[in-house]
Amino acid sequence: MLAFIGRRILVAIPTIVLISIFVFSLQQLLPGDPILAMAGEERDPETIEYLREKYGFNDPIPVQYVKWVSGVLQGDLGISLRSNQPVTELLLQKLPVTIQLAVMAMIFAIAIGVPMGIVSAVKKGTVLDYAANLIALSGLSIPNFWLGIMLILLVSVKWGLLPASGYVSPAEDFGRSITTMLMPAFVLGTALAATLMRHTRSAMLGVLKSDYVRTARAKGLNERRVILKHAFRNALVPIVTLMALLFGELIAGAVLTEQIFTIPGFGKLVVDAVFNRDYAVVQGIVLCTAVGFIIMNLLADAAYFALNPRLRKQ
Amino acid sequence: MLRHLTLGAVLLGATVLGAQAQDLRIALQSDADVLDPDQSRTFVGRIVYTALCDKLVDITPELELIGQLATEWSWNEDQTQLTMQLREGVTFHDGTPFNAEAVAYNIERSQTLEESRRKSEVASITGTEVLGEYEIRFDLAQPDATLLAQLADRAGMMISPTAAQEAGADFGSNPVCSGPFAFDNRVAQDRIVLTRFADYWNADEINFDSVTYLPIPDNTVRLANLQSGDVHIVDRVSATDLEQAKADPNVQVASAVSLGYQGITVNVGNGERANTPLGQDARIRRALSLSIDREALNQVVFNGAFAAGNQPFPPNSPWFDQDHPIPARDVEAAKALLAEAGYPDGLTIQIQAPNSTEPQQVMQVVQAMAAEAGITIEIVSKEFATMLQDQTAGDYTASQVGWSGRVDPDGNIHQFVTTDGGINDSGFSDPKVDELLNAARTTNDTAERRDLYNQARDILMEQSPLVYLYHQTWIWGLDDAISGFTPYPDGMIRLEGVSLQE
Repeated sequence: MLAFIGRRILVAIPTIVLISIFVFSLQQLLPGDPILAMAGEERDPETIEYLREKYGFNDPIPVQYVKWVSGVLQGDLGISLRSNQPVTELLLQKLPVTIQLAVMAMIFAIAIGVPMGIVSAVKKGTVLDYAANLIALSGLSIPNFWLGIMLILLVSVKWGLLPASGYVSPAEDFGRSITTMLMPAFVLGTALAATLMRHTRSAMLGVLKSDYVRTARAKGLNERRVILKHAFRNALVPIVTLMALLFGELIAGAVLTEQIFTIPGFGKLVVDAVFNRDYAVVQGIVLCTAVGFIIMNLLADAAYFALNPRLRKQ
Repeated sequence: MLRHLTLGAVLLGATVLGAQAQDLRIALQSDADVLDPDQSRTFVGRIVYTALCDKLVDITPELELIGQLATEWSWNEDQTQLTMQLREGVTFHDGTPFNAEAVAYNIERSQTLEESRRKSEVASITGTEVLGEYEIRFDLAQPDATLLAQLADRAGMMISPTAAQEAGADFGSNPVCSGPFAFDNRVAQDRIVLTRFADYWNADEINFDSVTYLPIPDNTVRLANLQSGDVHIVDRVSATDLEQAKADPNVQVASAVSLGYQGITVNVGNGERANTPLGQDARIRRALSLSIDREALNQVVFNGAFAAGNQPFPPNSPWFDQDHPIPARDVEAAKALLAEAGYPDGLTIQIQAPNSTEPQQVMQVVQAMAAEAGITIEIVSKEFATMLQDQTAGDYTASQVGWSGRVDPDGNIHQFVTTDGGINDSGFSDPKVDELLNAARTTNDTAERRDLYNQARDILMEQSPLVYLYHQTWIWGLDDAISGFTPYPDGMIRLEGVSLQE
């Protein structure tokens, strides 16, 4: 098990390096000069030249990349051009926000998607199955930003139940932190719930046909035990894989949802950074996200071992 | 009803905590950049400074100059020395006393800090002389009519020398000024929180314990926050949301025509791409201008909320040249001009525009109108930073771009159309215009300046390197419990006299 994890980490390192080179080069292809973008309305040529020198934009691109890498190895991810804040500080500020949103969205997704998937599989072909599929399809098809704005207009403006947008940190006010995140988490969660529901359904359908389920039924176990204890547990492996991948995606930042609900997470940060040509920030986020994804994959693999005793023997 | 219940519950909670902490929440269209007046470049940054940093002088809604940190000022005979009396008993947020030494330090920083964006604004000051604890003199090489207006903006914002010396170029992460509110904390893209400064010289006019600025870029969501009671003031309600805002009983609306403009800048001399019929022949540019019905444009895209324009200043500005009123649409005249220029069957031109909603809608209306005069417009949509770079480099034929506007008229013309102007992306160059505009900067006589600008306007109208289209109107959304808010043409949210009744 440890050897397995060790091998995976070794493979992860060149992956991260390649991703960072790729994104670094792509950014350079973007038209638009970062210093000019930063300059906004007032463009004094002298100051612009000074800033170009200061941030190293006059160096050739490979040199810029090497400088960035050596900075990273020392824990320095550079400075945001727009706010003069160190990128590390920005990322540390945004990470808890993104994780909170991701966790809450995941809870919604699992709470909605998994039971619907189980019901849909068990009651295959009935009205319940069709209803669940319809809900899943709607969840996949309805655009996040539309659902988000509609919810704000209905829930916040019309009914006054929840705050319209914004973010409050749990340390500051736990209750308000949850209420502020409810709508965005719901919006994100429903989209994921749909995917989760479809996969749960097909995993369950596969498992319900198997021999041991037939045996369990033949033994006279009550139906609920059969479904939940025997069928579902065995269907968990693909579901857990999917959940890990989805969570990794969530860490990358739910761009549209964060924009609508003004949540200061990674999604909003990376979009603004690209528009402002804030290269250091984009690089930092890509690095963080890539590492996050790799960790989630690792955890998913570790979960297999926990769930499926047969794998442990390898 | 529920909103009031929630508000009531929150207030009850606040009173239970013991203090009657009144927090004003203001939603801004975007996030401010670095909070250092010398390095700052954004419009919303200036809104935050209104509460954070006092300036030497300020403006009235009628664009007249009044003292803020300065109480009186006078010019000498030949307008090369400006002597200012400063307000006594003012301290910066960190306790450092405000005096003439502090002013001298600030001017020097604006001129010499490497990262300073204010250099060109205070370039005319060759030196300062501290005449007394509260008296300072600015020495100029030649008269500069724009100087006082510059000191009514970021160049005149006074920061604490103690804090600035300690922090250097990093001053922005913890700004220390002398305004009614002091910097408390900031989370990028989330909020900027300022708390009341107890020793503010004008504390009687300030009715809040704290101000929180929340950047909410989406127009609908920003307004929704106001309607649901989550914020009290909203910056820039969009023109299309105006009816909805007016119809809401919990919301009031205030507006003022801005100092700036939006128009089409034509590349007439900036590199190779100026060699187009549009760039080379003023008749075609005038034809384009004549083919547009500016009032209709205003009605269609902005529900009539904005103001049509054909000059850098709005029609209600004292600097508007009455000899050149906004032309009515004249398709026949436009066609005649095109024929004269050698294009009786019309021609095709390319205009680039940022890929956000308003500019795209404006350009589509212009495209439809110009087509009837035989001018086919190809709209090239570009993302803003890209467009800006292409414009600066001269890699464009025409561009839909605007300017946020400055108090002094010079700020709306000089750098755009003088030969060495810092933002002369069109590449326009006319020695007579240079002469007139440079002269208008060096006299403080309003009538004389107006005459000079009008003379320049005659040439600029004939040449039309910029085709002005409209002037934005600032529209603020306010909670109906807010009173004392005054709309200003510079778009700033000044908190003196503003209060929230519960």
